Amino acid sequence: MPAPLPYEYKYLRSKKKFPHVWCPGCGIGIVMGSIIRAVDSLSWEKDNIVMVSGIGCTSRMPVYVDFNTIHTTHGRALAFGTGVKMANPSLNVMAVMGDGDSLAIGGNHIIHAARRNINITAVIVNNDNYGMTGGQFSPVTPEGARTATTPYGMIEPGFDVCNLMEGAGASFVARGTVYHIIELDKILIKAFRKKGFSVVEVLAPCPTNFGRANRLGGPVEMMKLLKENTINISQAKAMKPEDAHGKVVRGIFVDKVSIPYDKRYEKLCEKARNSAGASR
Amino acid sequence: MIVPWGETKLIQGNEAVALGAVAAGIEFFAGYPITPSTEIAELLAKYMPLLGTKWIQMEDEIASISALIGARLAGAKSMTATSGPGFSLMQEGLGYACMAEVPLVLVNVMRGGPSTGLPTQVAQGDVMQARWGTHGDHPVIAIAPSNVKECFEMTIRAFNFSEQFRTPVILLSDEIIGHMRERIAFPSEGDLHVEPKPIPDVPVEWYEPYHVTASNVSPMACIGSGYRFHVTGLTHDVHGFPTRKEKEVIEKMNRLKHKITRRLDELEDVRMHDVEENPITIFAYGSVYRSALAAQAMLKKRKKKVGVFRPVTIWPFPDRTVKEILDSKEVILVPELNQGQLIHEVERMTKDSVRVVPLHRIDGYEITPEEIVNAVLEVM
Repeated sequence: MPAPLPYEYKYLRSKKKFPHVWCPGCGIGIVMGSIIRAVDSLSWEKDNIVMVSGIGCTSRMPVYVDFNTIHTTHGRALAFGTGVKMANPSLNVMAVMGDGDSLAIGGNHIIHAARRNINITAVIVNNDNYGMTGGQFSPVTPEGARTATTPYGMIEPGFDVCNLMEGAGASFVARGTVYHIIELDKILIKAFRKKGFSVVEVLAPCPTNFGRANRLGGPVEMMKLLKENTINISQAKAMKPEDAHGKVVRGIFVDKVSIPYDKRYEKLCEKARNSAGASR
Repeated sequence: MIVPWGETKLIQGNEAVALGAVAAGIEFFAGYPITPSTEIAELLAKYMPLLGTKWIQMEDEIASISALIGARLAGAKSMTATSGPGFSLMQEGLGYACMAEVPLVLVNVMRGGPSTGLPTQVAQGDVMQARWGTHGDHPVIAIAPSNVKECFEMTIRAFNFSEQFRTPVILLSDEIIGHMRERIAFPSEGDLHVEPKPIPDVPVEWYEPYHVTASNVSPMACIGSGYRFHVTGLTHDVHGFPTRKEKEVIEKMNRLKHKITRRLDELEDVRMHDVEENPITIFAYGSVYRSALAAQAMLKKRKKKVGVFRPVTIWPFPDRTVKEILDSKEVILVPELNQGQLIHEVERMTKDSVRVVPLHRIDGYEITPEEIVNAVLEVM
């Protein structure tokens, strides 16, 4: 008798669409697993979940999950998602994007989605480079790093994704990694529950491109780097600044209450109708 | 009541587009301010909250058309309005909507180009961009109104076509038509046909979003209605999943083409005034058609007779009718507010012995009836 399939399978297009396109050692599949566990623990109906994505490795994720899925154009996942959410605010909309997709070509859309506080969860898988096109630099590639388009090293400073999103007005901002997976599950549950724009940056390895170009080792070594180079926000607070220097902080940085755009729009409609009624 | 059903009113072309959208049941508008289309967005910002329908000003035109596609996938009839520079930015989303077969209406109130060009002045410079602006082979429907009443009616028609053909439809207005005011008699509510959104009637497990049908169009389920499927701009199979299998790629591409080319009769709309009996024809569309009709009347007074041929549906081009009717002419004068765009289609469909004569105006002003009269007298 075959062993029963793990519960995750009911959220996957498991019979039709696997094997997936991701390279051995890629972190994106781990993020997908975490999203599924978060969705399951929230008991969301698959019919009410919409996953939008842009273009890139991460943006291939919608093919594999059995939700309503929209694989859009490069950088535009949040713009498509804004239309979906406004047309039907009862849907649970999430956008999965890579770092180049969400922050370079999609940079304008993400800051405005945050400012508008549209009720969408953005999951940004940050693997330091454009994986699908062969490892070019992105807006988060660290200074000095080698990529296909920085053969002499990266000279541009990178974005701090969480600071950027906080400044743009997101209601929930957090960072996790694919190594700290239980922590990531919990962060995603909170992000999905959040009323308003929520962003989760997930640090993930790209051994095929970024790892190889920078001699960071294979998948295991890159996972170890995530373990060693990051610290939890409570650890960071307890540490002396000089000890925390150079470490990337994980955890929830923003978790505030503010009225999401769809609710504001509902109120606007009421106001418009009332003033039209009064003027009659 | 926003649409003044049954009343007669003096209104602007852009206002008529906004009212036409409401009459067609618009449920979502996303746009970005741009002259000379802005009145459409402004008026809908006023109307739509009253109706409880959704209006949003996005961060740019790319975001606007992207939001439109998302909204229609979630079931809301959607429209945007723009002009040349914004139309250029929307080409990305337009291609996606063609590929994923998402109905939407894009109003382009044409102004002078290229680039920022002549923002407040008229042109017909986007005729070829409407046809070939986005990359790759793709189906296109574009219709060009010539007066304010048509702005109202053809906005509704654009919505209807988009649902019937499950594809984006471009309403190719221009600055003159958009900003002119005319008295129009609104029909009674219910006198106009508004195409409902087709929805699938098969069990969820049988549903194929890109099922091959005789009409080459199959109903699109709304997100949230229980039909879960995948939407992508990648070439896809009948289920919507990416494919590179030759047979499936060819089938998809041919179906996109055939859904237009095999239903030309439903799309074609040409207006002819004394064309058949006269050896000279003026071929004009949009605002220029008005000058063409005025020129025809002026010439008639001088006992000179010419015909006027107007394509209302510009894309697909009325190949067959042009061939049938205009191929026997001596001269076809093609006045256009550009350096010659649709004239090439006229040349393509007529034999070499027909003299196809251009008349351009590119300084941001209208082609006057007098200019057309003079051009006709010159070729006579």
